[in-house]
Amino acid sequence: MLAAIGVGSMDDLLVDIPSSLRLESLALPAGLSEFETMAQVESLAARNRIFADRLTFRGGGVYRRFIPAAVAAVTSKPEFYTAYTPYQPEASQGTLQAIYEFQTLIAELTALDVANASMYDGATAVAEAAMMAHIHTGRNEVLVAGYLHPEYLEVLRAFSEGRGIKVRKGVEANSKTAAVIFQQPDFLGLLVDARGLTESAHKAGALAIACVDPISLAILAPPGEYGADIAAGEGQQLGLSLSYGGPHVGFIACSKELVRRLPGRLIGTSHDAAGRRGFVLTLTAREQHIRRERATSNICTNHSLCALAASVYMTYMGAEGLRQIAEVSFKRAHALADRLSKLPGWEMAFPDRQFLYEFPIRVPKGPALNRRLARKGILGGLDVHRWFRELKGVQTFTCTEVNDARALDELVEAVAG
Amino acid sequence: MTELLSFEKSRPNAHGPRLPDADVDGPGSADLLPSDQRRANPPGLPRLSEPEIMRHYGRLASLNYSISEQFYPLGSCTMKYNPVANEVAAALPGFTDLHPYQDEDSVQGALSLMWRLEQALCAVVGVERVTLQPAAGAHGEWTALRMIQAFHRSRGESRTEVLVPDSAHGTNPASAALSGFHVVEVKSGADGRISLADLESKLSPSVAALMLTNPNTLGLFEREILDVAELVHATGAKLYYDGANLNAFMGICRPGDMGFDAVHMNLHKTFTTPHGGGGPGAGPVGVKADLVPFLPTPTVERLNGHLKLDFKRPQSIGRVRSFYGNFGMLVRAYTYILAMGGDGLTQASLDAVLSANYLRNEVKDVLDMPHDGACMHEFVASARNLAPHGIKALDVAKGLLERDFYAPTIYFPLVVPEAIMVEPTETESKATLDAFATAIKEIVKQAVEDPQSLHEAPHGLPVGRLDEVATARQINAYLQGQSEDPVLRWKPAS
Ligand SMILES: Cc1ncc(COP(=O)(O)O)c(C=O)c1O
Repeated sequence: MLAAIGVGSMDDLLVDIPSSLRLESLALPAGLSEFETMAQVESLAARNRIFADRLTFRGGGVYRRFIPAAVAAVTSKPEFYTAYTPYQPEASQGTLQAIYEFQTLIAELTALDVANASMYDGATAVAEAAMMAHIHTGRNEVLVAGYLHPEYLEVLRAFSEGRGIKVRKGVEANSKTAAVIFQQPDFLGLLVDARGLTESAHKAGALAIACVDPISLAILAPPGEYGADIAAGEGQQLGLSLSYGGPHVGFIACSKELVRRLPGRLIGTSHDAAGRRGFVLTLTAREQHIRRERATSNICTNHSLCALAASVYMTYMGAEGLRQIAEVSFKRAHALADRLSKLPGWEMAFPDRQFLYEFPIRVPKGPALNRRLARKGILGGLDVHRWFRELKGVQTFTCTEVNDARALDELVEAVAG
Repeated sequence: MTELLSFEKSRPNAHGPRLPDADVDGPGSADLLPSDQRRANPPGLPRLSEPEIMRHYGRLASLNYSISEQFYPLGSCTMKYNPVANEVAAALPGFTDLHPYQDEDSVQGALSLMWRLEQALCAVVGVERVTLQPAAGAHGEWTALRMIQAFHRSRGESRTEVLVPDSAHGTNPASAALSGFHVVEVKSGADGRISLADLESKLSPSVAALMLTNPNTLGLFEREILDVAELVHATGAKLYYDGANLNAFMGICRPGDMGFDAVHMNLHKTFTTPHGGGGPGAGPVGVKADLVPFLPTPTVERLNGHLKLDFKRPQSIGRVRSFYGNFGMLVRAYTYILAMGGDGLTQASLDAVLSANYLRNEVKDVLDMPHDGACMHEFVASARNLAPHGIKALDVAKGLLERDFYAPTIYFPLVVPEAIMVEPTETESKATLDAFATAIKEIVKQAVEDPQSLHEAPHGLPVGRLDEVATARQINAYLQGQSEDPVLRWKPAS
């Protein structure tokens, strides 16, 4: 090949690199056979402690749920996972249609007009939603009401600080407020007055941003029903494994008025000269490759394959399957809360508040308890005091369809014993 | 072939999945939740049986071109083979079933993998520390700019501008703007490289950083990089490296040695994590010592052989995403680096440069080459020589699709009219490169002899060229209330 190019050696192709910059060699060990490589990687995996699905009661934004085998069977198709962003629509109809279906599924779930093709995660989705509100209203402050996921809040702060947007905690919106952001159910699992928060945001001329759990929307009023302008959230529960926190998938849906402020890819229907329907990337004038520094966001690569997983999951479950999942989780969590709160020294942290399948409870000697539970193979509650000073001794427990009735017995016995 | 939407195939009486019963006594949601908290109308999700779902997605998959079946020479995207071992590694239950809020003691394997990956990336790019948190390249750019901003602020300096070359990727100016900077464009010279004169005229005490890709988006090494670094540093600004093009010189040279202060890497390009039809990726950022205090929290630290997450970093810019990054992608990249080793990575870059130069040479007589001399891992040609026949870069791209090749990147970088940006990567054989060159020659011939047939390309794909203008027009009509069809989603016919 060198001869075909007409040079004598590789160095002739690297002439532009100043010789003072050339490396002798890369300071890394030599390569390995696949067998040796996998042995090393497996030994790292073996140094992690894995808790069984049914004995995992910890959530906090990432949840154990049943993942149908169909999900991995689809996402492991190399035609999906080894394709790029669908720049050439004629050769990318599979990805384009799958993502168009994802947009529709999310719009249906949130009861809003339009959803985008995915974001990195729930945290960046919420932060980008706040940026949408900032651009739309021209206002420089966002209000965070109640217990938003503490990591989402940190990411929101990092996004806002660069742009000179103020993040304030509270519920009183005023004429400087671009948006009121609330999580439903909140980080602790409790239901908030989404309707009331939305109305008070609107009274001040601000947008209402609901950070929502997609499974909850099978039974809870969705943002579109109470008038929120933007829904953002994390889709991990829709068929994605824990994977130590990622990759998962963020989503954003909004009302018609805000479509041009949406970050990232959008896919729409089109047709060819023969009248056949097809799908294309559209409204690209919002995006970085066209608009550059005036783009609505800098996002380019998103989380398409995770969105595909979520689509397979939602299609597999259907509205009725999702409702059953949510309902089973609800019943088990309430049964567990009832039993735990009767134990000596245990009490619900917010007894007057409703929850779905994650709840905060005061626990005597939490850290010691978690160590004891771990010895019995149980991943116990999440200590939330680490983020919230006022929640001393409070843990949140989660129940889903994977925590069977016998697992609840085991937890209660382990706590009591 | 086309495929109906899942929504159109939906059957109200299709068998749903069998799911567990609650098996506990007590209230359900209807007993406890007030009606204004409950959903009034169920979401309109499709209802299909599992066999129907599997066939649906199987058919959709068959509509895609992908690296598994086609040459995918998309410039700037490094579409190399994604080793299947990476996928096996990332699917190990010891990784997939790990909860991010488990105690440190129970995740030592994961932290160790992150630590080792960080060390390896430090060695490849020549920096002090790396954060693995950013989810993609653009996210990494923004993370690095926020750190640079924090660095300047910590010294009491308010620097408000970021310099970006006109050949830069769109995410560069967008990331700068998202960090609150004013973007100032620096021009490329006639040789396709940054103009030192223009750079000098734009440097000032308000400049926070220059963002640069090297090799740049034209596939050319910035020969004067050491002078650029000196100029930039003399004004107190930082030099930022867009590492999307790192595949050009692993083991050959390092951005850290060139004077770059911050570097993002696209693990989904250079380090073979698959693109997934548009993600997920991972965009770690490496920094030199004076930016280390500003790294996002948490960092992974090692103390007496024990690994921990460090959340106490007073000068940190904070978190840039939830948890610790796209861990599953980190597993894939680490697996690749282990398998390749220092020798393998170096060879990969050498081969990538060789492939690009070989292919460039094969097509240089039929397409316009705006820049002379050797390229690095990719090259930019121009279809402007076909303009007299009414043929554009877009037509060349569609002609390639018709011949079972994915198309190169077109119309980027913006500084080359009718740009065709080709990045063959090291994992393609000479036979594939030759077949591609032959296809280009055929298309150029077709452009001269029968341009109309090329305007009508691609034939034989699931759909022909789609009317994107009509799509945009229909969305407009919807947004202005003149049409009920949202275009961006399916809606049942009313
Ligand atoms: C030169 C360059 N910079 C930055 C990016 C952005 O990376 P990402 O798509 O991962 O955000 C890309 C790729 O799209 C690129 O080619």
